[in-house]
Amino acid sequence: MSTKASRSAARLMLAPAVILLLGWMLVPLTLTLIFSFQRYLPLRGGFQGWVGFENYVRFVTSSAFWPSVQATVIIVGGVLLITVTLGILLAILLDQPMWGQGMVRILVIAPFFVMPTVSGLVWKNMFMDPNNGLLSHLWRSVGADPIIWLSDASMLSIILIVSWQWLPFATLILLTAIQSLDSEQLEAAEMDGAPMLSRFWHIILPHLARAITIVILIQTIFLLAIFAEIFVTTQGSFGTRTLTYLIFQRVLESQNVGLGSAGGIYAVILANIFALFLMRIVGKNLDR
Amino acid sequence: MARSVTTQRKSLNTFIAWTIGLLIFFPILWTILTSFKTEAQAIADPPVWFFFDWTLENYRVVQERSNYSRFLWNSIIIAGGSTILGMIIAIPAAWSMAFVPSNRTKDILLWMLSTKMLPAVGVLYPIYLIFIRFGLLDTRIGLTLVLMLINLPIMVWMLYTYFKEIPGEILEAARMDGAGLKEEILYVLTPMAIPGIASTVLLNIILAWNEAFWTLNLTAARAAPLTAFIASYSSPEGLFYAKLSAASTMAIAPILILGWFSQKQLVRGLTFGAVK
Amino acid sequence: MGQIVLQQVTKSFGEVTVIPPLDLTIEDGEFTVFVGPSGCGKSTLLRLIAGLEDVSSGEIRIDGKESASIPPAKRGLAMVFQSYALYPHMSVRKNIAFPLRMAGLDRAEQDRRVEQAASVLNLTDYLDRRPGQLSGGQRQRVAIGRAIVREPAAFLFDEPLSNLDAALRVGMRLEISELHNRLKTTMIYVTHDQVEAMTMADKIVVLRAGFIEQVGSPLELYKNPRNLFVAGFIGSPKMNLIEGAEAAKHNATTIGIRPEHIHISAEGGAWSGTVGVSEHLGSDTFFHVQDTGLGDTVTVRADGEVSFRHGDRIFLTPRDEMIHRFDAQGLRIA
Repeated sequence: MSTKASRSAARLMLAPAVILLLGWMLVPLTLTLIFSFQRYLPLRGGFQGWVGFENYVRFVTSSAFWPSVQATVIIVGGVLLITVTLGILLAILLDQPMWGQGMVRILVIAPFFVMPTVSGLVWKNMFMDPNNGLLSHLWRSVGADPIIWLSDASMLSIILIVSWQWLPFATLILLTAIQSLDSEQLEAAEMDGAPMLSRFWHIILPHLARAITIVILIQTIFLLAIFAEIFVTTQGSFGTRTLTYLIFQRVLESQNVGLGSAGGIYAVILANIFALFLMRIVGKNLDR
Repeated sequence: MARSVTTQRKSLNTFIAWTIGLLIFFPILWTILTSFKTEAQAIADPPVWFFFDWTLENYRVVQERSNYSRFLWNSIIIAGGSTILGMIIAIPAAWSMAFVPSNRTKDILLWMLSTKMLPAVGVLYPIYLIFIRFGLLDTRIGLTLVLMLINLPIMVWMLYTYFKEIPGEILEAARMDGAGLKEEILYVLTPMAIPGIASTVLLNIILAWNEAFWTLNLTAARAAPLTAFIASYSSPEGLFYAKLSAASTMAIAPILILGWFSQKQLVRGLTFGAVK
Repeated sequence: MGQIVLQQVTKSFGEVTVIPPLDLTIEDGEFTVFVGPSGCGKSTLLRLIAGLEDVSSGEIRIDGKESASIPPAKRGLAMVFQSYALYPHMSVRKNIAFPLRMAGLDRAEQDRRVEQAASVLNLTDYLDRRPGQLSGGQRQRVAIGRAIVREPAAFLFDEPLSNLDAALRVGMRLEISELHNRLKTTMIYVTHDQVEAMTMADKIVVLRAGFIEQVGSPLELYKNPRNLFVAGFIGSPKMNLIEGAEAAKHNATTIGIRPEHIHISAEGGAWSGTVGVSEHLGSDTFFHVQDTGLGDTVTVRADGEVSFRHGDRIFLTPRDEMIHRFDAQGLRIA
C-alpha cells in the first residue's frame, strides 16, 4: 500500500486539512499573543502602546481573577463529581436485563442533544423561577419557602443545569465501556466467591478506569469553556463568573482587548495542560 | 450476560431504570407539554399535566412575531454547510492517513486533536477582528467556515477510525484486480465507508446545530441561527413560558431525532476513537 | 508464460533493511513456496513481486520484462490474500467479476468466465450471496476464483490457509495443488507452515531475516539441509540436534538426526535414556526421551504398536548414514 505514487497522492489529500487547521490555530493565536502585550482599547482608538507583561500581571491581580478561578474550579469539579458518579451507577443499571432497554437509553441520553441556550433558559424559567417555576411549586406544595435558585444558590443551579446536560455523555461512554467487559471475567469472580460489591470494586471499576479518565479529561476541556449556559442565566453575576466568562467580558463587554487577550493566553495554557493528558491516552490507543 | 435472570429481578430493574430515565427526560417532556398550553396554564399552580386545552397557538405566534423560520433556515444552512464543506476536506485527509500512514501520521492526528482543545475565548477577539475586516460578521458564510474549522478535527478523527477498520488488504486486492485510484475510491472504498461517513455527518450536524459560543458572538440579526434566537428569550420575553417552550421544542426536535439515530457513533466521535 | 526473475532486489523501510540483495529465479509453471518464521521477509518479497511495495533497488523481470516500475494491475499477476480481502458489499458473482470489469471486458465474456470459475470451484450455488454469508472455506474459494478469472501469468498466495481450521486446511491444500496441476500456471505461495511447503511445493525457498537460506525441492531440503536453520525448520517433529562429545565423535560441532531415523529398543543400543512424554497418534508414536546425556530431550518416532511407559529405561540407535554433520558456523559438512 505504500508505493511512491500513492504516498505523494496521500500528501496532497492531507494538505488542505492541515493547512486550514494550521491557519485556524496560528493566525488568531498569534494575534491574541500580540494583543496581550499591548494596551489595546478599540473604543478609544485601539493601539495605545506596548506594555510588556503588564496585562498578564493585571489580569491575575484584579479582584475578579481569583473568584473566577474559584467559580471555574467549583463548577468543573462539581459537574465532574455528579456526572461521573451518577454515570457509573446509571451505566451499570442500564447494562442489566430489563424491558424497554433501548427506550430507556434514549430517554437518558436525550439531554445531550438539547442546545445549551435552550437548556439554560428552560431550567432558568420553567424550573428555577422563584414565582412560576416548577420547583417553586414543589417547594410551596410541601409548605416550604421557594429557593431563589439562580441568585441564592447560583453555583448549585449552574452545576445542576450543566450536569443534566453532560450526564448522558458520561453514561453513554461508561455504558459502552461496561459492555466491552468480558462476562466470563465476572462469572469467574462469582465462582471465586466474590460478592456483588467486591466484584464492582475489583473488576468493574478497574475495567472502567480508562473510560472514566477519558470522560474526565474530555468533559474538563469542554466544561472549562462553558459559556451559553451562564450567558442566558446569570450573565456571570452571583459568583458564577468563570474564567471563560471573565475573559469574554473583558474582551467584548468592557472592550479591553489587551487585558482579555492575556486572560485568553492563560486559558489556552490551562486547557493545554488537560489536553496533554488526554492526548497521551488517545495516542497510546492509536498504537494498538 | 447470556444468563437468564428471574422475572422479579428484571421487573425491578425495569422499574428503577424507567423511573430514572423519565426523571432525566422530564425537563424535555415538560417543555414539549408546555408548548401546547396557554400562557395561563403554563404557570398554573398546581401544574396541569395532560388535561389542558391543547393548542397550537404558541407555535403560530412564535413564527409570526419573530420570524422563526428565518432562524431555522440559518441553522440549517450553517450546520449543513459546515458539515458538507468539512467532509469535503476531511474525507481525503482521513483516507490518506488511514491507508497511507507515514511515521508522522500519529503526530498529525494528535496535533489536529489539540486544535479542537483550543479555548474559543482565547481567540475570540482576533476572530472578531478578522470577521470585521473581511465583512464576515453576521454572515452565514462566516459562521459556516468557523463551525467547519472547529469540528474538522472531530470529522477527521472519526472518519479515520472508521477507515482504519477497512482492511488494507481489500484495497490492495482492488489494486491487483486492476482498479486505479478512481475505481478504488468509487467501487470499493466508498461503498465500504458509507456507514462511517453517514455517522460522521450525523454527529457533525448535531454539534454544529448546538454550537453556542461562536453563534452567539459572531451574529446579530441577519445570520443568527436557533441558538441565538433562543438566547433572545433570556430577556423578559422568557416569562412567556408557553412561547419559550414552543420555540425550544422546534429548535431541539430535529436534533433530538437525529441524535437518537447516532447514539453509538456519538461515543466514538466524542472520545476520538478511544472508547468504542 | 510466467517466469519470474529477481536480480539483486533489496527492500528497506527507512533505516531497516528487510531484504538484503537477493537473487531468485522462478521458472514458468513452477509451484514455489516461500517459507520461514514470521518476520523473515517472505511476505515482503511476495508484495515486491506483486508491486504492492516498491523495490529499493534491483530488478524484477516477469516474462523477461522489467517490471519494477509497472503498477500492480499491469503485471499480469493475481493474488490471494491471507484475509481473502473479498469486497463485503458485493455478491460472490461481482467479487469474481471485479477484475474483469476493471479490465473492461464485455458483460457476456465476464459472465462466461465467472460461471466457469464458479463451476470449477463449486461455487455455482453461492454466486448471489455476499461474502459475509459464506464459510471460511467458501470465502477462500471465492478469493481463488477472483484470481483465476484473470488468467494471470502467475498466482501469488499470501498465507491463504492460515485462517482456516485444521481439517479445512488439508482439504484446501489438496484443492490448490489440484488447481496447479490443471492450470500449470506459475504459483508463488507464502507460508510459515513447513508442512504446507513440503506437501505442495515443486521448489521451496527457505528465508530467514531476508536472506535465502536454501532453495530446493522438498526432498532435497529434507535430505540435505544446507545449514542448521534449514535442518531445524524442515521436518516434523524437528530434527534432534546434538552437540558436544557425541558430535565430536563424528568430527562435527553439531550433529542432527531425525526422529524417524532412530531405532528404539528395550534391550540395547548406542544411547540410553528414560521415556518422558509419549504422544500416540495411532499410526506412529513419538517418544520424548530424557536423561540420555546428550543435552536436550531426544525425540524418537516408533510404530504405533510400540508401547513404552513413562519412566521406562530404553535404548536408542541412530542410523549412521542418516546423521547430518554441521561445522562451527552451522554449515553442513559434506
